[in-house]
Amino acid sequence: MNHVLAFERPVVELVKRVAELRELAREDARLSAELKRLEEKAAKAAREVFARLTPMQKVQLSRHPNRPYTLDYVHRLFDDFIELRGDRRFADDASIVGGLGRYHGRSVVVVGHQKGRSTKENMVRNFGMPNPEGYRKAIRLYELADRFGLPVVTFIDTPGAFPGIEAEERGQSEAIGSSLEVMSRLGVPIVTTIIGEGGSGGALALGVANRVLILEFSYYSVISPEGCAAILWKDGTRAPEAAERLRITAPELLDLGCVDAIVEEPPGGAHQDHDEAARRLDRALYEALMSLGGLDAEALREDRYSRFRRLGSFVA
Amino acid sequence: MVLPNKTPAQTPASEKRSLGRGVFQKCDGCGQVHTAEDFAESWWVCASCGAHHPMSPAEWRRLLLDDGALETWDEHVSPTDPLGFDDGKSYRARLERAVGRSGHSEAVEVGRATLSGRRVAYGSYVFPFMGGSMGSVVGERVTRLFERAHDERLPVILIHASGGARMQEGLLSLMQMAKTVGALRRFRAARRVFVSVLVHPTTGGVAASTALLGDVNLAEPGALIGFAGPRVIESTLRTTLPEGFQRSEFLLAHGMVDLIVPRAEMKSTLHALLSHLEGP
Ligand SMILES: [Zn+2]
Repeated sequence: MNHVLAFERPVVELVKRVAELRELAREDARLSAELKRLEEKAAKAAREVFARLTPMQKVQLSRHPNRPYTLDYVHRLFDDFIELRGDRRFADDASIVGGLGRYHGRSVVVVGHQKGRSTKENMVRNFGMPNPEGYRKAIRLYELADRFGLPVVTFIDTPGAFPGIEAEERGQSEAIGSSLEVMSRLGVPIVTTIIGEGGSGGALALGVANRVLILEFSYYSVISPEGCAAILWKDGTRAPEAAERLRITAPELLDLGCVDAIVEEPPGGAHQDHDEAARRLDRALYEALMSLGGLDAEALREDRYSRFRRLGSFVA
Repeated sequence: MVLPNKTPAQTPASEKRSLGRGVFQKCDGCGQVHTAEDFAESWWVCASCGAHHPMSPAEWRRLLLDDGALETWDEHVSPTDPLGFDDGKSYRARLERAVGRSGHSEAVEVGRATLSGRRVAYGSYVFPFMGGSMGSVVGERVTRLFERAHDERLPVILIHASGGARMQEGLLSLMQMAKTVGALRRFRAARRVFVSVLVHPTTGGVAASTALLGDVNLAEPGALIGFAGPRVIESTLRTTLPEGFQRSEFLLAHGMVDLIVPRAEMKSTLHALLSHLEGP
């Protein structure tokens, strides 16, 4: 935990002291009152600092190098996870992971973007930026889910689809478009959670779901704040202004109707406590899947269609 | 994703057409100078090198539809400013300017028409309107195009020319990708024909939604078609791109489009495809 953003420093220090005291209190029950006081203080500090975060600070949290990634949630939420690899056409794209797992006793298909924790791992994961074969692997797994009647759980965490020469040669546009179409026609429940970065079309390709959840400090945007600032003002350093104007934070997206629920993060952000972040996500995910339990295949398709059908702002 | 204020300073071809005798136009391909009349007469295809120049939606109608007639749908669906977007110039002001400059109400026109006597549902992106970018209105009109075509049992022909999702409506623009493709999915479930026509340029969120999902994908010669814009790729990879990268011929070679169709053959090709797929 050596990456600390400037604005989170006071909170991080308190969180660390709470952890230390918790260890000591295990040995010495007399410390429990002190522990409780410090816990409250840390929570209050976190609330105060985190209530005032700017949109760009939230973007920084969504990209925090200690933030839990897809596999961190998968290992905490799913039993007997078996990763399935390859698109059966060209390659296995490690920037998207997928497989079979058991969620509260029920088998499901899991698909998510996967970033790397180290530079070396990020070379393999391509910083969570998929090539077409990543989306084609996802499509293959969606179809597998549909064939066997398994719900689909996806996790979104990508700066965007990879802008590369080979990605274009192999049809990045077609791969993303097809992913949208296949997700639209699945006769099984789909629940998506934006756990980190929701970068444009490369994110949406995993996001055509019946229910879309978002972690409190994730963002979801049509363009990165840096890209937007570069276009608007030819100045990428004005990203914080772009982040404000684009309305990309969880509460703003809830207001726009683009997401259905916000999952609160542990004090100080999901990266402070992966286990607690996973427990909170679990509750929201379980509730979302339960709410879809009674629907048959056609009703699920129609539910998904009407969810996206009503998005947009126009006068008619 | 699209440049907000960098819509190319092109006079709509319809205006060029009315400029009268004595006006000359230089070919973007070979530099050959043509009179405006000759150029318009050849649908803005250079007689010397075959380069296809941008054509207005009105000219696309005249090229493809009987009597150039389109019974438009949903022209009354108009944009709002859901984010209150202002980057120094307000989104509302940009919209007003786009209406004035393009002579169109938004970045796509849709409706019912006949093509060599066959009834079709037809749509055409309006590139001069904020780079043909897809915001809520484009998404809603394209969605309704597929829904009505489904109800009226018509095939859909959609001419794509767009820089992608419209930044000024934020994530709502991105959501239009899922919405339009969802509508296409339902339309397709009824076994109706969708022919996608790809015109210069088709990129970003529009390329990655309906554009490459046609039952048949047709491209004009030399059109730029791709997900990431060439400049984004160049700056990410710090490299220069090979000649012809992301052009129609490149997409044909990589299996992404079925045919490259010169403008002069577009109508007859569409007619032939429809008669194969729907019956004579
Ligand atoms: Zn020429």
